[in-house]
Amino acid sequence: MQGALDAGVDFVSGYPGCPSAEIGEEFGKIAKENGIYAEWSTNEKVGLEAAIGASFSGLKTLVNMKSFGINVCSDSLFPLAYTGTKGPMVIFVGDDPSCHSSAQSEQDSRGYAYLSKIPVLDPSSPQECYDFTKLGFEISEKFNVPVILRATTRVAHQKAPVEYSGRPHSAKATRGDFVKNPHQFCTMPPRVMEMKEELLEKLEKIKVFADKSKANRIDRCRRPIRTGIIASGISYFYVKEAMEMLGLDLPVLKLGFFYPLPENLIAKFIKGKKNILVAEELDPYLEKEIKRIAKDTGTKVEIHGKDFLPETGELNTEKVLVAVAKIIGKKAPALKKSAVAVDVPRRTARLCEGCPYWFILPTIKRVAPEGTIFGGDIGCNMMAGLPPHNIQDYLFSMGASMGISHGVSKASGQRVISIIGDGTFFHSGIPGLVNAVYNKSNPLIIVLDNRITAMTGHQQNPGMGKTLMGADIQQIKIEDVAKACGVKHIKVLDPKNMPELESAIKEFLQKDEVSMIICRRVCTLLERRLKNNPDLREFYGNI
Amino acid sequence: METFNTIITGVGGQGIITLVSILDQACLLQGYDVKSSELHGLSQRGGSVITHIRFGKKVNSPMVSKGQADLIIGLELMEILRDADFANIKTSFLVNKISMQFAGHMKDEEIIEKLQKVAGKNLHLVPASDICKEKLQKEVLSGVYLLGYAVYNGLLPLKPESVLGAIKELVPEKYLDMNIKAFNLAKTA
Repeated sequence: MQGALDAGVDFVSGYPGCPSAEIGEEFGKIAKENGIYAEWSTNEKVGLEAAIGASFSGLKTLVNMKSFGINVCSDSLFPLAYTGTKGPMVIFVGDDPSCHSSAQSEQDSRGYAYLSKIPVLDPSSPQECYDFTKLGFEISEKFNVPVILRATTRVAHQKAPVEYSGRPHSAKATRGDFVKNPHQFCTMPPRVMEMKEELLEKLEKIKVFADKSKANRIDRCRRPIRTGIIASGISYFYVKEAMEMLGLDLPVLKLGFFYPLPENLIAKFIKGKKNILVAEELDPYLEKEIKRIAKDTGTKVEIHGKDFLPETGELNTEKVLVAVAKIIGKKAPALKKSAVAVDVPRRTARLCEGCPYWFILPTIKRVAPEGTIFGGDIGCNMMAGLPPHNIQDYLFSMGASMGISHGVSKASGQRVISIIGDGTFFHSGIPGLVNAVYNKSNPLIIVLDNRITAMTGHQQNPGMGKTLMGADIQQIKIEDVAKACGVKHIKVLDPKNMPELESAIKEFLQKDEVSMIICRRVCTLLERRLKNNPDLREFYGNI
Repeated sequence: METFNTIITGVGGQGIITLVSILDQACLLQGYDVKSSELHGLSQRGGSVITHIRFGKKVNSPMVSKGQADLIIGLELMEILRDADFANIKTSFLVNKISMQFAGHMKDEEIIEKLQKVAGKNLHLVPASDICKEKLQKEVLSGVYLLGYAVYNGLLPLKPESVLGAIKELVPEKYLDMNIKAFNLAKTA
């Protein structure tokens, strides 16, 4: 955040997720006083599009999202590479190797570089998050391309001292100026083919820039040695740690640029080496590229990567230590012996004490006839899939319950109860709802409306009457949206009234059209905070 | 100084993230390089939380390797047992004698027995939650109390002034006094 602030960002948009939500939250706190505009957008695609509009109006923009967010916004990301930016733009994407806080897949978002042809920077530390944010804005400004800053959980959720310039800020916020330029801003054939050529030309120039950039550097060793290591992201520090433990001094090429790669620098580094270890988390993108570079330059060198390191799960010092020992043909040294690991029962996440969902999930379970199919969605309501509830038959991505429940209902004719939260409903539940009504299926949709985007740490959403910067807006009522989408059977109730919820479920399960029950009761954590904090109470008013 | 490896473990909602911030700041005030790593997200919903704090002259990885911890602070009995594989025979275990029960939770006696086996004479079993509840009416201060215990008993190579300085910088005015009290409570314990 500080990097964007010091780079002079004007416009911040995004959608909260882990590990990225803190960026938007912090901007929410300081935007006004710094003349910046910051928002939580309804989803990442809209967030990116808002930033595109701001960039076309000449503003410096930052978009923030977690890994899956880039999937959501990719439809607009690809044409953006073609049109290019006007005001510079950095897109922060938080990946989560080992899925500490991610339900969908162990995604390595670096791969988007190849699909979209957008430069990707890969920081190793909080200091580099700061430096690379500024570098990203510099590249974007210089070459008129958006730049993706990809950080992983261990980098993003790390605390360490950071040196920063703290340049006085002079944001233009909403004082941008949209100057018409359809030649550049409209992607339409045959112009779109020209744009692709322009993008490829830009990339050639960025390649030259990457080759000279200090973001890539070689840690040289005291004497010439024929084994080298290439590392990026957090893996770089695991390599340093492992070498220290082994008492080794090997040359390390640390890559800050993931795309485009500094190919000349890599070619120079591998030349004359016998062995190279590529240390990167998840997919072997670098390894493949480096093997190609070796082949193209006729360099005879053995390149190891995923044959020594796992492709699943995040790396750590222990894993890298074994790989480094292997590459130099030594056995990994015996470290201080670890105390025997004790097998301890897993503590699964559970609903908080007092959570309104405690009234809802058991009632659904009790009332639903045997054989009912339960659709699940992202958010606190994911807990429906865990004991003691165990009512979740599929769980995919944000809003996906709507589409899948429609498909199951249509294909099987079985009774479907589909559960979704308020934040997720606004994010991407609405098109699925329209589809179910339009194509006539009959799932019972139960919206768990706890008045806030709770799972990621209480971010504002369109249903609650507040924006990120604290402005009052009219609450967008889910029942009004559903009604406008053509849902005929709608009930809004307080889930604490369980008999009412019970009879509503029973009644709606008989319908042969889409029906919806909205269980509205504020998140218990927020309720407690509101009780104890008069300022917060005044801020949120009556939610 | 060689890098000092600390693990703080517990359950979401026990105030671990604040505790790590205090410790980080204390290290900086004492002139150390420091890196720490934490996990959020699902942990807010009562799941296990583990945080790593490493400090010394120069720190590379923010993560402690298995068997390399110098000190493990557990805010909950079973959680510290879960992370016992970060310990070696010299590692100090500082444990809050309280358990956050859930279906399938082990019995306290069983956990303590296993902890004694793993930690031996390096086990410090302290009823921090009970003490804080009784003397300060706030159980959530148990983390700061344990930090005080670690400092005053030489389990953590930081000066009391450094940690107190960090508390003063980070804790809101309203809660400052009780945090300082909790930290110093361990001095007389």
